[in-house]
Amino acid sequence: MKPYLQLSGVNKAFGDFVALDDINLDVEKGEFVTFLGPSGSGKTTTLMIIAGFEDATHGAITIEGQSLAGLAPQERNIGIVFQNYALFPHKTAEENVFFPLQMRGVKKAEGLRKAAEMLELVGLEGFAHRYPKELSGGQQQRVALARALVFEPDLLLLDEPLGALDKNLREAMQIEIKRIQKRLGVTTIFVTHDQTEAMSMSDRIVVFSDGTIEQAAPPLDVYHKPTTRFVADFIGESNLLDATIRSADEGLADCPILGQVAYRTEGQPRLHDGQEVALLIRPEHLKLSRKPLEECRHASMTVETIVNYGDNALVIGRKDTAQIRVRVPGADVVTLEEGDECHVNWTDHAVFVLEH
Amino acid sequence: MAVTVSNLAGRKNLWPWLLLAPLALYLALFFLVPLGQVAMMSVTEPRVGLDNYEKVLTGTLYRRVFINTFFTAALVTVCCLLVGYPLAYLMNHTTERRAMAILLLITMSFWTSFLVRTYAWMVLLGNNGPVIWLLATIGFADPPGILFTRFSSTLAMVHILAPYMIMNIYSVMKKIDPALIRSAESMGAYGTSLFRHVYLPLTAPGIANGSVLVFVICLGFYVTPVLLGSPTEQMAAGLIGHQIEQFLAFGLGSAMAIVLLIVTLIVLWIYSRRFGLDRLYG
Repeated sequence: MKPYLQLSGVNKAFGDFVALDDINLDVEKGEFVTFLGPSGSGKTTTLMIIAGFEDATHGAITIEGQSLAGLAPQERNIGIVFQNYALFPHKTAEENVFFPLQMRGVKKAEGLRKAAEMLELVGLEGFAHRYPKELSGGQQQRVALARALVFEPDLLLLDEPLGALDKNLREAMQIEIKRIQKRLGVTTIFVTHDQTEAMSMSDRIVVFSDGTIEQAAPPLDVYHKPTTRFVADFIGESNLLDATIRSADEGLADCPILGQVAYRTEGQPRLHDGQEVALLIRPEHLKLSRKPLEECRHASMTVETIVNYGDNALVIGRKDTAQIRVRVPGADVVTLEEGDECHVNWTDHAVFVLEH
Repeated sequence: MAVTVSNLAGRKNLWPWLLLAPLALYLALFFLVPLGQVAMMSVTEPRVGLDNYEKVLTGTLYRRVFINTFFTAALVTVCCLLVGYPLAYLMNHTTERRAMAILLLITMSFWTSFLVRTYAWMVLLGNNGPVIWLLATIGFADPPGILFTRFSSTLAMVHILAPYMIMNIYSVMKKIDPALIRSAESMGAYGTSLFRHVYLPLTAPGIANGSVLVFVICLGFYVTPVLLGSPTEQMAAGLIGHQIEQFLAFGLGSAMAIVLLIVTLIVLWIYSRRFGLDRLYG
């Protein structure tokens, strides 16, 4: 079956600067895909090319096999929520939501009824006649969402829409956007540089860096099986330790810091003996103890810094030349002090190998 | 200790007033006092009573002059808008360099004394001037006089007042968030409907500000209509000058000035009540 939205070989250059280099991506109908990456990584440029505000230097974009080439933004039937919502200040919430219907020649009575339904869906019944400046940030966000959805777009694009909200509201809106997206089944592309947003909302995360796609995979795969060092580093916290493959068949590597280490072989790329690799161990997969734990691999380290977060703490220790970061539940950290010697323990399953 | 602190705070609150004092004093002495005298004269010269106001409000000549004043101010405002809006739009949508060049031309003209600009128009439009010569050359056997008509005074006033309109509209256009336009486009808005439903309403505060400014300045315009305009289509300021300089009718002139002042204040009041647009969009 053909993918719903397809980007093939999309390039974008501004003069000599290559903003996007050969972007290929298939998106299924109804999928919620997040573009994640640092600023300047090309995620917003890709979004603007899909929306039609920028032209790709090369490459094609199709929706249900139909090329978008040469179509103005007006002809694409794509709903967009902008970073600062871009609500019309001279129109009420209802008029804002009615606007795309008005532009499509929908009669006022019918259009306003649809706008009211959409406002109700986003939880804003009773706010129809307010002007944007009379609404809170979260409410404006909902109006923008209603306006982008009311004309039943083929695609919904969200450009860092939660950036301006405070933390609690942001979490509420994450759940809300996800709920509405599921309900309407609209294919959605969400751009963010916030990895927790990406983890909690997406069916699939596309990690951008320097104008290329580093990895496109479901959130937990991106977290547990990153394909590149950049992805491992950018998403979550990580310990990355250099190592050499001793035996690819047995899943053994030599690590100057940890000694001989067995690693998880499933979901792993093909490796060969003697290959230089990096070992990824997430800080929450490590355990600290005074004495080595049984049934675990272990190494000794010196505690350098303890950062308390209340419900958990980050312990940064040193072993030879390497820093090792360990997440520990809050209660466990009480007995530790900076400068203590302790053991760091892990199971083979926690070790994942990255090719250099 | 606490006393000193509160004293300091008290003195601090006085500071703005202290800084304002020289200007306030100056305005009181040289603006409010003479204005009071004018008001006084309007009800005492040549004798005590409201005779002057009765004349101004009922006399056909005066009514005609006031109507003409309003009509001219409205005409000039509309012309300034028609000239200014496209120019401001052009400035906002061309390269930075060109916008700066246009801005420079406008400010150069704006900073030139309007007396100089008025005389320049007299030279250009006079019977021996280049415009008449051009008209004669291209075949007008007997070109009509352009100077001393409503046309010439309106043209010069539009030239003099257009910068106010352009600056007001341009500053509002510059502040429009490009995302608003993009978002309108993404929702299917094209050229004219985009302009009508989004761009024009967003620039309305600039139009309102510019129009009020031009209209109010135009209501009291003296030099240009007197020097360039038709003697049969006098404006209020010109007639006031006439009353005082030619007929020494201080009372009547004062009454007209007060009526003009009150009308101007009413225009400003209506504006701030009904079109407090920048507050709405803030």
